[in-house]
Amino acid sequence: MYVAVKGGERAIDNAHRLLAEERRGDPAVPELTLEQIDQQLAHAVDRVMTEGSLYDRRLAALAVKQARGDLVEAIFLLRAYRTTLPRFGAALPIDTARMAPRRRISATFKDLPGGQILGPTFDYTHRLLDFDLAEGREPAPAAEVAAEPRPLPRVVDLLDREGLIEPEVAASDEPAGDLTRRPLTLPETRDVRLQGLARGDEGFLLALGYSTQRGYGRNHPFAGEIRLGEVAVEFMPEELGFAIEIAEITVTECQMVNQFKGSAEAPPQFTRGYGLAFGHCERKAMAMALVDRALRAKELGEEATTPAQDEEFVLYHADNVEAQGFVQHLKLPHYVDFQSELVMVRGLRKAFAAANNAGDTPAEAAE
Amino acid sequence: MTTADDGRLAGYNFAYLDEQTKRMIRRAVLKAVAIPGHQVPFGSREMPLPYGWGTGGIQVTASILGPRDVLKVIDQGADDTTNAVSIRRFFALTAGVATTEKTTEATIVQTRHRVPETRLTERQILVYQVPIPEPLRWLEPSEVETRKMHALAEYGVMHVRLYEDIAQHGRIAQTYDYPVEVAGRYLMRPSPVPKFDNPKLDNCPALQLFGAGREKRIYAVPPYTRVKSLDFDDHPFSVEGWDRACGLCGSTESYLDEMIVDDEGRRLFVCSDTDYCGQRQAAGHRGPANAPKEAAE
Repeated sequence: MYVAVKGGERAIDNAHRLLAEERRGDPAVPELTLEQIDQQLAHAVDRVMTEGSLYDRRLAALAVKQARGDLVEAIFLLRAYRTTLPRFGAALPIDTARMAPRRRISATFKDLPGGQILGPTFDYTHRLLDFDLAEGREPAPAAEVAAEPRPLPRVVDLLDREGLIEPEVAASDEPAGDLTRRPLTLPETRDVRLQGLARGDEGFLLALGYSTQRGYGRNHPFAGEIRLGEVAVEFMPEELGFAIEIAEITVTECQMVNQFKGSAEAPPQFTRGYGLAFGHCERKAMAMALVDRALRAKELGEEATTPAQDEEFVLYHADNVEAQGFVQHLKLPHYVDFQSELVMVRGLRKAFAAANNAGDTPAEAAE
Repeated sequence: MTTADDGRLAGYNFAYLDEQTKRMIRRAVLKAVAIPGHQVPFGSREMPLPYGWGTGGIQVTASILGPRDVLKVIDQGADDTTNAVSIRRFFALTAGVATTEKTTEATIVQTRHRVPETRLTERQILVYQVPIPEPLRWLEPSEVETRKMHALAEYGVMHVRLYEDIAQHGRIAQTYDYPVEVAGRYLMRPSPVPKFDNPKLDNCPALQLFGAGREKRIYAVPPYTRVKSLDFDDHPFSVEGWDRACGLCGSTESYLDEMIVDDEGRRLFVCSDTDYCGQRQAAGHRGPANAPKEAAE
């Protein structure tokens, strides 16, 4: 008698044990510690925190380790943990103007109060594989900073004083929406759109942002400012009546400044695209800002015809945890539906052959 | 993973979801039952299983599950397919409920792609895992548009689609995910069950709940509700059939899976519903590939 080969509990258990063994790799090689991942694969941790929507370096490092460096899998792990956490309330909005930036650049002004600060950047490195690094040699010490970092005004605020750029005001006093607690509704408000973009896949947003630069929804962007640094997170307990600082987090902020020729209601002025990411995720923050601005097309009276300007398209497809699950669900058995298709195709072929023999067309023959 | 005294996973609520979330989902379920076939948006949570692998069904099951429930989980009609095993274990671990492979013993059956062959009863709930809840999705990709079409019961486009099949192939070529009209109003996607199963949805004594986690929708067919597969007077709805019986139990009424059994490409046809097939064999029914032991040896 024939017995169908199907996965049982033992097969699953064994697969997981094999995975655990392969994750560890050669036992002769020292095991990675979470501290090593946090310190030396910091950008991986940053990305996992950003798209995982949870600021916790240690948990993100654990997720990276458990996922064997597969960052989308790590994001999934962190999200699945985050969803179980109780919520105490919402923090006050962080104020990036109070940040003492470790990096701050503006492409719109040659110089500005506080100056350009390159900080720790890959920019201007020549991408030559560094064989010293392979040898594990210690790097030369970083240059000393002349003065302690201090809060610097935001470039867009300087433009704002002159009325050259649209003011950034909250659309309503409502608390910010939360996509992780309620389904998407369309059209969606900008706060929720920004949340969707912040959680969205970096690669997807990068490609969409890039497409706007190549003419699919061009919006004439300038990198008004990119800043990296630490900001305080404050929480206002109702019974206390004043804000208390509960944490300090590292964020990357990108303010894109976009040309706008004005409309019947609005004078010609610059408009904004906004990007924010946990840790140091500059590419993500910039791509996010481009797409945020593209998604404002309708609000600004622009023609919206391209993918990056289509809120439904962008928000429904940006989430890599959703996307990876659905793409990979094709691995699950589909043999029942496939059987239906087999029966149908065989039937159609039979009708086709019969029709051809009778010198008839298949549709006519079947009727 | 550590487990508590009762064998449940420590540190998590009964059936994983917190009670607030379950209440939110139950509200969506109640609304769905009140408007048969209508897709109710809900605040789908991120689950520890991937989207597209049953997160909607799992959330619905988690929110209706009680400690005395008996749970059956099938995928492709089978209890022993990997994802069914995985989901059953998830609930055994997080809820500590009894599980079964017998359709008649279960109070809740969670399924992907099949409806059990054994007729369900009033004391049972069938929970479907749904990948794409929107029946009009392949005809209109925009959710904004399809919601309008449902509001206006503007379903002509689906009839045109089925008519085009007839014009081109002489028959409706939709084999699974075959669209149905629920209680004379909403067009509904029966999740990708083969159209063979569509008649089982009609006037079913059990409550049928549909959960789509990634798309964040829940819909329902209350017990004894009319579920009509779309068709035309001159092209009535019909289901697929096989000109052979199950190789193991000899049933000629069940949905058969086709398996390739050797390098020559020889085929064996067996019931996709493993419990149904097993019950029949236990009752002494035999198919052509399953002759009594003495004869086979």
